Amino acid sequence: MSHATLEPRRDRSRQAFLSRATLITSALLVVGMALVLVLHALPATHPLHVSSATVALLGKYFTYMLLALAVDLIWGYLGILSLGHGAFFALGGYAMGLYLNAQGTALPGWQGLLASFPLAALAVVLAPGILALAFGWLAFRSRVTGVYFSIITQALTFALMLAFNRNEMGMGGSTGLTRFSELLGFRLASDGMTVALFLASGIAVLLAFWLCRAIVVSRLGRVAVATRDAEARVRFLGYRVEHVKLSLFVVSAMLAGIAGALYVPQVGIINPSTFAPLFSIEVVVWVALGGRATLFGALLGALVVNYLKTVLTGAMPDAWLFLLGGLFVVVTMALPRGIAGVLAWRHRQEGAT
Amino acid sequence: MMTNSHAGGRHCARRLRHSLLCGLLLLCAAWATTASAAVSEPQARALLQALDTRSFEAKGEAAQAIADSQASQKTRWLQALLDGRLGKERRGEQFYIVTDDSGREWPLIDAITFAEAGSGSRRTVDIFKINNDLRTQLQGMIASLSLAEGDERSRLAAADRLIGDVNADNVESVRASREREESATVRDRLDIALALYRVQQGDATALKTLKGNLDTRVRNTLTTVAAGDGELASQAQQVLDGIESKRAWYDRAQTLFFGLSAGSILVLAAIGLAITFGVMGVINMAHGELIMLGAYTTWLIQQALPGQPGLALVLAIPGGFLVAGAFGVLIERTVIRFLKGRPLETLLATFGLSLILQQLVRTLFSPLNRRVASPEWLQGAWQINDALSLTLNRLGVLGFCLLVFAALWALMRYTRLGLEVRAVTQNRAMARAMGVRAARVDMLTFGLGAGVAGLAGVALSQLTNVGPNLGQGYIVDSFLVVVFGGVGNLWGTLVAGMSLGVINQVLQPWVGAVLAKIIVLVGVILFIQKRPQGIFAPKGRVS
Repeated sequence: MSHATLEPRRDRSRQAFLSRATLITSALLVVGMALVLVLHALPATHPLHVSSATVALLGKYFTYMLLALAVDLIWGYLGILSLGHGAFFALGGYAMGLYLNAQGTALPGWQGLLASFPLAALAVVLAPGILALAFGWLAFRSRVTGVYFSIITQALTFALMLAFNRNEMGMGGSTGLTRFSELLGFRLASDGMTVALFLASGIAVLLAFWLCRAIVVSRLGRVAVATRDAEARVRFLGYRVEHVKLSLFVVSAMLAGIAGALYVPQVGIINPSTFAPLFSIEVVVWVALGGRATLFGALLGALVVNYLKTVLTGAMPDAWLFLLGGLFVVVTMALPRGIAGVLAWRHRQEGAT
Repeated sequence: MMTNSHAGGRHCARRLRHSLLCGLLLLCAAWATTASAAVSEPQARALLQALDTRSFEAKGEAAQAIADSQASQKTRWLQALLDGRLGKERRGEQFYIVTDDSGREWPLIDAITFAEAGSGSRRTVDIFKINNDLRTQLQGMIASLSLAEGDERSRLAAADRLIGDVNADNVESVRASREREESATVRDRLDIALALYRVQQGDATALKTLKGNLDTRVRNTLTTVAAGDGELASQAQQVLDGIESKRAWYDRAQTLFFGLSAGSILVLAAIGLAITFGVMGVINMAHGELIMLGAYTTWLIQQALPGQPGLALVLAIPGGFLVAGAFGVLIERTVIRFLKGRPLETLLATFGLSLILQQLVRTLFSPLNRRVASPEWLQGAWQINDALSLTLNRLGVLGFCLLVFAALWALMRYTRLGLEVRAVTQNRAMARAMGVRAARVDMLTFGLGAGVAGLAGVALSQLTNVGPNLGQGYIVDSFLVVVFGGVGNLWGTLVAGMSLGVINQVLQPWVGAVLAKIIVLVGVILFIQKRPQGIFAPKGRVS
């Protein structure tokens, strides 16, 4: 990734593209949400009516987009590939799942504390955050980088999957947490709740997008990009590289946790398969397809791949894994900068002529 | 191949000898029944007639009389009585043995001449009934009878049955057989049986014979004796403690064996990765699927050669190597070659390949797991003593693992390819300048690593069922083993795999299988943080 070698003029135009991209992305998100709400409000007989199920599906996509954003923040701008981000997503999800389970029934021990929404919301960000802090501190301090880091994150999520599969964990074993009834006193199965969760997810994506954008253009973000491109050099310039890595890693894990917490009430279940290494690595291909190191690319990739997944697993279940596998190969070999890279290239072509 | 055909030949010879022996025995038996009926027919009839009574006590005396008689048929009679197959004609004086009592009509033979005697049923034949006391008594009689006759094997089995079953009724005859017995192993076994009886009778001196005996029956009897009080009980407790500590040692040996066999699977799965990742620096996430391909090759060859699992398995060793190796070369040529120096991209692309391979197998064969049969010589266990038995398939995998490791190590150390691989790894540009075709070396090395993964699949097919997800479970473990052992170090991989296997087995009884695995995973993660170069860090400067 030799971004540093780009010519200044091109660099400036790219910068402009990105800031314009930020505006366009924000606008698209807002307009998209509004459009879905309006279409949903149409009578059910209307040809353009968007059903509750579709709204819930789109809400689920929003949580995936949030997760993709979290992965892109550290992979795209810091160069650390986490193959275990599903673990943070799942931890947030389990915190939310426990809160939902605690409605109506008293949970034993510390789990009972999660019956209060503020504490549960705190757990949603703290559980993944603390894990990321401990894990990242150990890893970055001893300068575990590159592929080694990827492998141990995969081992981490694998170990957590085994742990959460045990009934002794009190997390529902391999069935996970399910049969939720209400959230904040409202019934979960109602249409209003579906819309509210959809909106909450969309707003969360928008806020996270702005947050990531702010981080990326800040001094911290610039040091992060420098670390990605030449870690030793940044270290010799006097920056504490491990602090930079750690702070972004923790923020990313917290975003993943929020995504998980929004995901659980919309899907109605959280089980250890979310910890499976396959899910975490699937997230990486969303980002890779959309375009690593561009925030809107991550959002786009998550949307496109998951839409394809929904369509294909319904129509041709056998074809889905072929396609997903093929995407990994084609994107890494032919589209190293993803769809966003293609868009940026076309933009430059237009600018040059 | 050669060793196997040799073993097969030996097997055939043994079978031939066995059938000869059987024929001889039959001849002897025929001679015995016709020529030397040591009692006359009326005497035999009288002996059997004594069984025809309602009192079990009288029956017991009659059985004892049979056992003490000279009748050549007595073992068979007692056995038939024990099995509930000896009976008397309801309206007549004939005695019969039922040869098959599963149907309504029973085929019969005459109890005295053993000649076929038509058929009978519940209505025409009265079976002599026995109770539990009589059953125990009969078992003892039969055991001491077979001690007196038969070949060494059946005498040994009879002596073995007697342990814990010696009682006041048969102790004299057992003692007599002990004096007559010529085989030392049978004598030892009888000594133990007698000593156990003496201990039960309160003889503390007999405890000496039982020291360090691992038989469960000895242990159970001693536990009862030690539960009492007095000098005998405390001495018995001492012997028991000795036995327990000996058992504990054998248990540890057993755990070690299980650990090593689990470790050998890890090593087999990881050793191919140690070459592609450790030596070449290529991350191959499809490694697990190459293992799976090796396992499926075994299954396919076995389908093509029904009824010959042994031959199929032997053929699968080169077969699995070639199939997985060919896929490896294909992957290297089409994907990995273009991603040189971009490890994260290689990781993602090969992960995609792994998904494709999995789905390919799922579509071509089926998502269901397939069972691969084990050949006869890998079934069962090698029973070393009562506390230690090694299952042959695990032993086989352990041996196979060491063999593969040795072959691979020799290949890297002594062959031209090994030399070139090491040269390219150390300094690619310089190696090329010296005329090494680096691209070809890359391809062959990757093919070699993939082929070894195929071999791992062949071995795995003997331990678990074969399915499309077979390889997935090994990928995380394999990478950890390679990293734990020190990248680029074959010995490190061996030591790391074996020690992880043993640690896992040692932890298992305390915390359960899943938690043991988690602890090992977390332990390795922490270890890598502490020592990123693994157990065996490369010495000196490696460019």
